[in-house]
Amino acid sequence: MSAPPAGDDRSCTGAQAMVRSLESLGVDVVFGIPGGAILPAYDPLYDSTTVRHILVRHEQGAGHAAEGYAQATGRVGVCIATSGPGATNLVTPIADAYMDSVPIVAITGQVGRALIGTDAFQEADICGITMPITKHNFLVQDPADIASTMAEAFHIASTGRPGPVLVDLPKDVLQATTSFNWPPTLGLPGYRPTLRPHTKQIREAARAMASARRPVLYIGGGVLKAHATAQLRELVELTGIPVVTTLMARGAFPDSDERHLGMPGMHGCVTAVTALQKADLLIALGTRFDDRVTGKLSTFAPGAAVIHADIDPAEISKNRTADVPIVGDCREVLAALIPAVSAEYAARERTDLSGWWRQIDRWRATYPLGYEWPADGALAPQYVVQRLGEIVGPDAIYVAGVGQHQMWAAQFIRYERPYTWLNSGGLGTMGYAVPAAMGAKTGRPDATVWAIDGDGCFQMTNQELATCALEGIPIKVAIINNGNLGMVRQWQALFYDERYSNTRLGTIADSGGTVRVPDFVALAESLGCVGLRCESRDDVDATIEKAMGVNDAPVVCEFVVGQDAQVWPMVPAGTSNDEILAARDVRPSYDEDAV
Amino acid sequence: MSLHTLSVLVENKPGVLARVAGLFSRRGFNIDSLAVGPTEVEEISRMTIVVSVDDLPLEQVTKQLNKLVNVLKIVELAPPGAVQRELLLVKVRADAKIRTHVLETVELFRAHVVDVGVDVVTIEATGPAEKLTALLGALAPYGIKEIAQSGVVALGRGSRSIAGPAGLRSIERSA
Repeated sequence: MSAPPAGDDRSCTGAQAMVRSLESLGVDVVFGIPGGAILPAYDPLYDSTTVRHILVRHEQGAGHAAEGYAQATGRVGVCIATSGPGATNLVTPIADAYMDSVPIVAITGQVGRALIGTDAFQEADICGITMPITKHNFLVQDPADIASTMAEAFHIASTGRPGPVLVDLPKDVLQATTSFNWPPTLGLPGYRPTLRPHTKQIREAARAMASARRPVLYIGGGVLKAHATAQLRELVELTGIPVVTTLMARGAFPDSDERHLGMPGMHGCVTAVTALQKADLLIALGTRFDDRVTGKLSTFAPGAAVIHADIDPAEISKNRTADVPIVGDCREVLAALIPAVSAEYAARERTDLSGWWRQIDRWRATYPLGYEWPADGALAPQYVVQRLGEIVGPDAIYVAGVGQHQMWAAQFIRYERPYTWLNSGGLGTMGYAVPAAMGAKTGRPDATVWAIDGDGCFQMTNQELATCALEGIPIKVAIINNGNLGMVRQWQALFYDERYSNTRLGTIADSGGTVRVPDFVALAESLGCVGLRCESRDDVDATIEKAMGVNDAPVVCEFVVGQDAQVWPMVPAGTSNDEILAARDVRPSYDEDAV
Repeated sequence: MSLHTLSVLVENKPGVLARVAGLFSRRGFNIDSLAVGPTEVEEISRMTIVVSVDDLPLEQVTKQLNKLVNVLKIVELAPPGAVQRELLLVKVRADAKIRTHVLETVELFRAHVVDVGVDVVTIEATGPAEKLTALLGALAPYGIKEIAQSGVVALGRGSRSIAGPAGLRSIERSA
């Protein structure tokens, strides 16, 4: 606790009020970088015994670290930056948190009140800039409002549909004398998230579920946000309805459970995509019918009625009209659905799903997820990712960047537990992995945290490895180095006539005399990490095991893989999910299926 | 596309107008007119927004507006159940030759002259959009020099109010 000025115990500066608010809110770690306007806050922060400040190397790292912390722990992540460029460097992680509904609070310094609007040094209208990408934001004009604003920010970030909230604090507001009273009164008359679902809608949903012949549970990240995975399991035990988990929901239902069909979407597995297409009922929980899942919207699941439950009313019928709309928290929805479906089963004859399952099992047997080894003898990236998952196991947290490696990590690692898969789904932010892994490891120091990154992504934010090394945050990083912006290259291969415009990164040495720039092992070592390189199949296991043996420093493993490996299956952008290709030029045939 | 009039109660705080206007533009909804003013409670303002959308997007507009933390309540005020008015100020050429004709038109539309110049008059008129359009049409032949027009403001007819029987204070307090 920062020392209050002598005399009145409650009298303090605005900065002290801010730090005491963080302490009172139970914040144990914040990620940030000081600078002119936020400097007053860093003085009492220096004295805090309960709030640990982790000095990052770039504000984007602070933002993603706050996200990783929040996604791994379920608690609000906090990042701090100064005004102007400090604040604008937070824009990408804030937008990322907005798209993926991650509860973070960003605290930014602002120029003094008298200077606002004058184009002062390091002034940026960060509230204006982040208005479209925050759940809400505040410019605090009165030091007396600091405690209540902080409490409101945390409340808004963590309740309802979670999301980022920004609190902008002018320098003179931080310096002014005020008083600190806790708990403050929240003044949010316009903020009332609906948690309890409507009974009538639940009954209607249960009736549809009991009578559907080809139902699918389409599970999104909202089930994880609502801590509803136990209830989901119970519902599946009760109904035997097949489950698909979206990119944001990997880990919400165990991959080892045979009722789990896998991930749907552009790079989902054939069975999951096809089951949605052929379903007569979608039970969509905490998901938003994103274009990467639906493909061409007008042809998505054409024969299905839709039950759509989400805590955000605006998601319901936004993209696909819901036949049974349910507004509510997924845990409450699931908890209400279980007895309602049981009652339906008791009241009438239950639909037999065995024919549906036979059909699903046939797709599963015919189109399993797989990959081929590169013809040139290079290492298959999918193999590296798969072995990583097998050796490290389901208790670790896996954090991916964006691109091919992200899709392989979503496909080839078996997720058994919630909150073990972190990635940038909605915004698709390259550079997310390293800082988010740092945040996850900070929040869950006992867990093994692996960042799975590409050579492109890694070069965007690897500076945070210095932070990890100095702050004692021993994350592990697997760079799947194919020497290219792999996903872009894949699209160039498929849709741009193999014209590889500006996708070669030069991170792999080749026979033509190209040297690797950078040398990731040397780079890792210069950042205070252990650096390992693996270039052949025979060394994959040993490299992973060696990395697992290092626990006193961050480890970076570079896996040099073939540049032509592609992510399959694939639904080409803008086309129907019916056009899914199981592998290049392999279109599944459903002729034998009587639907 | 059709026009819908939304009456939106918002907290009277800095930046609320920007939040609402920004939401419309980034979600691709067209604002036809927007008027903001105080209510009987100091902490609450009322925005009347006329938006040009189909029914399904209208539902999205309302839901997205409701997600704004500073938005307290939204109702649609459609013409039969609501009174809608706009204010028009129009400066019309009115030299000695035509002044009588101009003033007759003003009378016919139950408008008022609020300023008189040597060869112009400034006319104030209120009413629904159709009436003001008709007035402008009638004045056009004389030569319209300048127009300033407000957005629509609207109130539901009868004894019911947007806040219900407990009044606006109850909305403001129901945190």
